[in-house]
Amino acid sequence: MRTLARDPKIVIGGILTLLIVLLAVLGPLFAPHGEYEVVGRPFTGEGSFLGTDYLGQDVWSRVLYGGQSVLITAVLATALGVVIGGLLGVTAAYAGGWLEEILMRTNDVFLALPQILVTLLVLSAVHEPAAWIIVLLVGLTHVPRVARVARGVALPYVTQDFVLSAEALGESRARIVIAELGPNLVVPMLAETGLRLTYSIGMVAAIGFLGFSSDVGAADWGQMTNENRLALLVQPWAVLAPVLIIALFTIGTNLIADGLGSRAAKGAE
Amino acid sequence: MSTAYAPAGTPTAGRPTARRRPSATRAWLQWLLRRLGLAVLTLLAVSLLVFLATSALGDPVRAILGRDYAVSPERVEQLRQTLHLDQHPVQRYLTWLVDLLTGHLGVSAVNGLPVAELIGGPVLNSAFLVLIVAVLMIPLALGLALIQARTRGSWLDNTISGINLALAGVPEFVTGILLVALFSTSVFRLLPAVTVIPPGQMAWNRPSSMILPVATLVLAIVPYLARILRANLGEAMDSDYAELARLKGIPENRVVLRHVLPNTLVPTIQVTALQLAWLLGGVVLVEYLFNYPGIGALLVDSVRNSDFPVVQALTMLIAAAYVVVNLIADALSILFTPRARTGMVA
Amino acid sequence: MSTVDAAAAAADEAAVAQTVGLRVELTRSGIDVVDDLNLDLYPGHILGLVGESGSGKTTAGTALLGYARTGATIAGGRITVAGHDIRSLSPARVRSIRGVTIGYVPQDPNSALNPAIRIGDQLRELLDQHRIGTPAERTARIAEIMPAVGLPGDPAFLRRYPHQLSGGQVQRVALAMVFLPRPQVLVLDEPTTGLDVTTQAMVLSSLKELCADFSVAALYVTHDLAVVATIADRVAVMYAGRLVEMGPTQELFRAPAHPYTRALLQSIPHLHRPYRLTGIPGRTPSPGNRPSGCRFNDRCELAEDACRAEEPQPVAVKTDHWSRCRRTDALGPWDPDSRAGQDTDPDRERSVVLTVTDLNIFHGRNQVVHDVSFDLAAPEVVALVGESGSGKTTISRAVAGLHTQRTGSLHLQTDPTGEPAELARSARNRTAAQRQAVQYIFQNPYQSLNPRRTVEQILVRPLEIFGIASGRAARERAAELLDSVQLGEGLLRLRTNRLSGGERQRVAIARALACRPRVLVCDEVTSALDVSIQGSITELLTRIKNKHGIGMLFVTHDLALVRTIADRVLVLNRGRVVESGLVAQVLDHPRDPYTQSLIAHTPTLTGAFDASGSA
Repeated sequence: MRTLARDPKIVIGGILTLLIVLLAVLGPLFAPHGEYEVVGRPFTGEGSFLGTDYLGQDVWSRVLYGGQSVLITAVLATALGVVIGGLLGVTAAYAGGWLEEILMRTNDVFLALPQILVTLLVLSAVHEPAAWIIVLLVGLTHVPRVARVARGVALPYVTQDFVLSAEALGESRARIVIAELGPNLVVPMLAETGLRLTYSIGMVAAIGFLGFSSDVGAADWGQMTNENRLALLVQPWAVLAPVLIIALFTIGTNLIADGLGSRAAKGAE
Repeated sequence: MSTAYAPAGTPTAGRPTARRRPSATRAWLQWLLRRLGLAVLTLLAVSLLVFLATSALGDPVRAILGRDYAVSPERVEQLRQTLHLDQHPVQRYLTWLVDLLTGHLGVSAVNGLPVAELIGGPVLNSAFLVLIVAVLMIPLALGLALIQARTRGSWLDNTISGINLALAGVPEFVTGILLVALFSTSVFRLLPAVTVIPPGQMAWNRPSSMILPVATLVLAIVPYLARILRANLGEAMDSDYAELARLKGIPENRVVLRHVLPNTLVPTIQVTALQLAWLLGGVVLVEYLFNYPGIGALLVDSVRNSDFPVVQALTMLIAAAYVVVNLIADALSILFTPRARTGMVA
Repeated sequence: MSTVDAAAAAADEAAVAQTVGLRVELTRSGIDVVDDLNLDLYPGHILGLVGESGSGKTTAGTALLGYARTGATIAGGRITVAGHDIRSLSPARVRSIRGVTIGYVPQDPNSALNPAIRIGDQLRELLDQHRIGTPAERTARIAEIMPAVGLPGDPAFLRRYPHQLSGGQVQRVALAMVFLPRPQVLVLDEPTTGLDVTTQAMVLSSLKELCADFSVAALYVTHDLAVVATIADRVAVMYAGRLVEMGPTQELFRAPAHPYTRALLQSIPHLHRPYRLTGIPGRTPSPGNRPSGCRFNDRCELAEDACRAEEPQPVAVKTDHWSRCRRTDALGPWDPDSRAGQDTDPDRERSVVLTVTDLNIFHGRNQVVHDVSFDLAAPEVVALVGESGSGKTTISRAVAGLHTQRTGSLHLQTDPTGEPAELARSARNRTAAQRQAVQYIFQNPYQSLNPRRTVEQILVRPLEIFGIASGRAARERAAELLDSVQLGEGLLRLRTNRLSGGERQRVAIARALACRPRVLVCDEVTSALDVSIQGSITELLTRIKNKHGIGMLFVTHDLALVRTIADRVLVLNRGRVVESGLVAQVLDHPRDPYTQSLIAHTPTLTGAFDASGSA
């Protein structure tokens, strides 16, 4: 793990991610104004240095408040998707036969629908969704994709003789998956987690951007871009501030994912 | 030893070409039928999923009417009729499926217009947008990857890699907003920020308003595609056959074009198909951002209004497009892999 | 032409290719991969370059074409090919020489032929690129060369893709490709690796004929001493980046003069007589870890202080035969028979532990093994011999319960006093005592040990599963087990990906021993390892068999190895036993034509002493 700190991609990505996570977590403590506090006329330079938004609320304060929901939703959704998808994929690879066939065919069905489409489909029936529904939606749409990757990562190990050797000793299937295969899959699956986190952030922000937030009116980086985008000409910072933060956040997590990915490729050799 | 003989190869390989033709056609037909069967099964499963998501998760009438639900019972009754809500869910699904298969997409729950009429124009506009992006993305990504592969390890290679990596993870609507800020509002004011198309006209009548949507999608796809192609090319350039070609005295340019590229064709097709499939979803956000009159913008509106017939039709359409793209990619992959191609006959 | 005549003739002619003081370095560190390499190649003659993995032999081979792999650079010395000073030429000029004047046959033609291009087009490309002859002449040349390598030259065959050919055919296409422009010099890098002996013998004889017919000077790079004895006129032995000995083939094998050459010869088995094999202690040092002075000093029995301090210079042993060893004079005379062993006594008593009756095995709908029956005593080694596809590994997997699609019965006696009991198809359905009694050692130790676990975890686990020991006792037992396979306790804490191939295979053996097995199934356990490691593993297995009274099922493709290790042998051809019996009986007086052909095609060291034409 110490060698990870020498990969510039992981270092830069780590610093970016850390900064933005800190901003999201600690932001509310430093906000000069309240989340819903009207500090001036809409779309003007009033308030603190980033000006005001469509309701005259302080943009900078709302940027500081608006990270927590994105961060928490994205992290939970990623965890959900990676855990379920990872287990399904590794099980499919190890079990083989009809179980693998069924799992992978079902997967194909879900893959036929782009993630954002499934989300919209459900949102058409559930207006003003609860926060957990968004977590569930984003997380579950990751599952087939993660499962595919996890199966691919596990396959070369599944056919290796050390697995056969454990079977010949009479090890239980669960132990083979956890103790024999598991440790070999940690780094590649971490890389996939990084990638999924990147996409989760994008999805959560996109849901806000399309105007389907769970908490309408609350400060949320995605929702803020939607609320203020018509004023890009007059008060660009109301949109650009959240957008730039989302961009930096995804660049950071993607850099980490890529660094871990090249590390996993090296480990597989 | 003068009696050296050639061990028999694969039994089919030695057959004269003339005898192979009909069986090759049959093998292809069999493959195609099997794959079409699978595609139909997939779409059936998707339809079930779509039906469940749109009509089982809540009361659609309540979702559509919102506050009106309580005040106008006659509208509720009317909607129930239109949506066949008096039927058993299984029957309702079958009715919907049969209608779908016979081309009856129903009428909008919001304005009563036929769905086919509503989505016709947007489908064409979106298809046009996707087509342009697809035509641009393949040569762009391949060109970048080739430049990188030929200058491996140089500053150029590293710079392109870095930029691609940074762009690959950024959500498309974020890229779009940044482009708008750069080219239409804050810095330059060159391009229209939103697509304004008068009624009766199609997107291609206003080429200038297509530039930003196309650019956004290209920027969202090309970096990812180029990175994968670059990795494939690099691997093939280190392969034993590339090394042997060099040891045969073949110039590097020819090694890349004749020996390396053909072997990266199939992964290129596969990853391109994957990206095209992503594009089918990606247009939703970008169209909404630019107000582009395609299925994406229509979908977001319909979702907001709970216009189920439209949402169902559009979702099935996108899933069908995905399945077709995949089928074509798999057929091309087999066609361009000698082993798979000759294996079809065996 | 006999080898002696050939060598004499060679001295008269001028070398057509030569390296003088060649040095290849790693580009970043400047550490040498190959150093001070002097090779001369004469028209019509084959020089065998022998070395184990990590010796730099492949690097030396491609350097002759002025080529170094990514990450390495040719840093010093002179390379002359047909009068061209390769290092002073422009890249374009070097390219025009490559493939035309000097050709290269790759290690693994299956990956070296382009899978996406028809073989006819790949053959033709070379002629097109170097503008040799008119298009009609090119077609004619291709049609001409194909029969010469034993392939049909008709257009239908040329339209095939590499995957439509058998392994031997692919290798022949590679040979045709390299002979097509009539080169003067040829570099062949282990071109018969992975081929069955019969195919290998045919490829080798074609090669030898072509070299003579076209007067080509060839460098044959390999790890296989028996192959070199069969094909080469002269032999150069390479160790850790340097040549250590060079001489005419017959002379070198009759009187090897370098301790490393001798140690190598002592670690390879012979077809016609059982020998006790010994390995070379330690491992081949990688570039950057090579000792100063003589690079073999840390593994050499005769090393003295001066060997560590000074670089040894070549010492002439005879005309044209030299050894890079300061102590050449101190070496005794070479007597290979001093290590000769005894064939198994046909009248010895056998106590049977495993009985296999009417075994039929299937892969899906294909039957791959037909009606195989045999038994195995303890202590005893029964060898299953055959070429690829003979079903030998499948049988061994069925015995271990790793391949379950079978009919017939297996009976195992789990303890010396008990009754034999039937074994279930799958290891999972067998009793713990049965699972414990049959242990399996895999071919590839790079795959059979989990790279993420430590040696200790790997050795302790079977002890826990079978309730042999746990906790501290288990850890102590693990150390004892390591000791019994001649590894130090220090390895316990290491993950297996830090170990060399030989060390891994020893750990795999220790893991099997941990279970105190009655039957040990060894599946090609030495074939992924270097020659010198193969010797010591064989020695170890023999010792274990005798000490613990284990019955061993030994799967191999190498008949010579059978002579050394096994008591009885079953020869398999396409899933059927064609001949079985005591090893000496079967190998010395084979009755089945298939066995006879296998034995005839197995390359042997004595090949060097026969007339050079017979392969």
